[in-house]
Amino acid sequence: MAFKGAIEIDAQHCKGCGVCVANCPTGSISLSRMVNGKGYNYAEMVGDACIGCSACALVCPDSVITVYRVKI
Amino acid sequence: MDTADIKKPENIVYRKPALITDNVMHYCPGCSHGVVHKLIAEVIDEMGIQESTIGICPVGCSVFAYNYIDIDWEEAAHGRAPALATATKRLCPDKHVFTYQGDGDLASIGTAEIIHACSRGENIVVIFINNGIYGMTGGQMAPTTLIGMKTSTTPYGRDPKLNGFPMVIADMISHLDGTAFITRQSVHTAAAVRKAKSAIRKAFEYSEKNIGLSFVEIVSTCNSGWKMNPVDANKWMVENMFRKYPIGDIKDILK
Ligand SMILES: Cc1ncc(C[n+]2csc(CCOP(=O)(O)OP(=O)(O)O)c2C)c(N)n1
Ligand code: SF4
Ligand code: SF4
Ligand code: SF4
Ligand SMILES: [Mg+2]
Repeated sequence: MAFKGAIEIDAQHCKGCGVCVANCPTGSISLSRMVNGKGYNYAEMVGDACIGCSACALVCPDSVITVYRVKI
Repeated sequence: MDTADIKKPENIVYRKPALITDNVMHYCPGCSHGVVHKLIAEVIDEMGIQESTIGICPVGCSVFAYNYIDIDWEEAAHGRAPALATATKRLCPDKHVFTYQGDGDLASIGTAEIIHACSRGENIVVIFINNGIYGMTGGQMAPTTLIGMKTSTTPYGRDPKLNGFPMVIADMISHLDGTAFITRQSVHTAAAVRKAKSAIRKAFEYSEKNIGLSFVEIVSTCNSGWKMNPVDANKWMVENMFRKYPIGDIKDILK
């Protein structure tokens, strides 16, 4: 069984810490070159390799990532 | 299937825990405190004990934890959370009572309170955030600071001749008969987060059995105090903190 996933990030409340990026097994999340209202380079989803494993969201201290997953 | 088709409410597998409030946490980016707060919030929600849980906040960076988890809280004087928890649990034995304490709070100014609460076998949960430093006050040495570790009060590194040796609190209290469950966990990877959550759940379940104190140490980072970025702090923790504070269960009287 394979999964496909997607994430949604509350960019205004992301602190750009990068621990999500270090934990993603598929390289589907990275820090933007843009900054949010607090001046942080917020995280954003990149590409379409996300498998919805929730690793990024589990380690996010600020609970700003929502994870979606479907079976394909 | 494109992203818009996946992002539907019925496909959500992870979201902000229901008991985490909308207040923006004051913690530095990447600080372990936020992750541990989430786990406590999830466990309380999943056990359905929101109305019966009373947390005791420490003094330290987590002094405002009461702003972030939607339960009843008390605020203790520095190090005194186990004393407040003792009174609260004895007066309200049906409540789930836990303390949330840093290493400066628990292992330094509050050493007497934690040791005696463990010795008395109070039926409380203690969550111990060991980041090896006083985060809140600017990165001074804590009793748990590693040998050689630079802090603002040990600028050349902790020297045992001058500053003593690191205290391994979880192992120390395992020798006290009043403790029921003692474990050491971390929250730097998804797997570690899942294990830490199971440990916190077990601690809350044990506190319902009236068999003594349950203690969950989380080996944590303080990237600001350690003067590293959050990702490097996690690596440094694995390479250095885990040697002195190895991850795993230390005591379980029901096993
Ligand atoms: C009676 C008293 N003494 C000293 C202080 C100063 N003080 C505030 S927080 C703290 C140490 C906090 O360190 P820790 O418990 O490790 O928490 P962290 O910030 O690292 O999470 C100290 C010494 C105080 N607030 N009250
Ligand atoms: S872990 Fe959370 S706060 Fe940190 S960069 Fe990722 S999304 Fe932002
Ligand atoms: S859900 Fe998993 S695969 Fe998708 S971005 Fe997060 S860590 Fe990466
Ligand atoms: S000073 Fe350290 S413990 Fe305090 S919020 Fe910042 S990183 Fe966390
Ligand atoms: Mg500390």
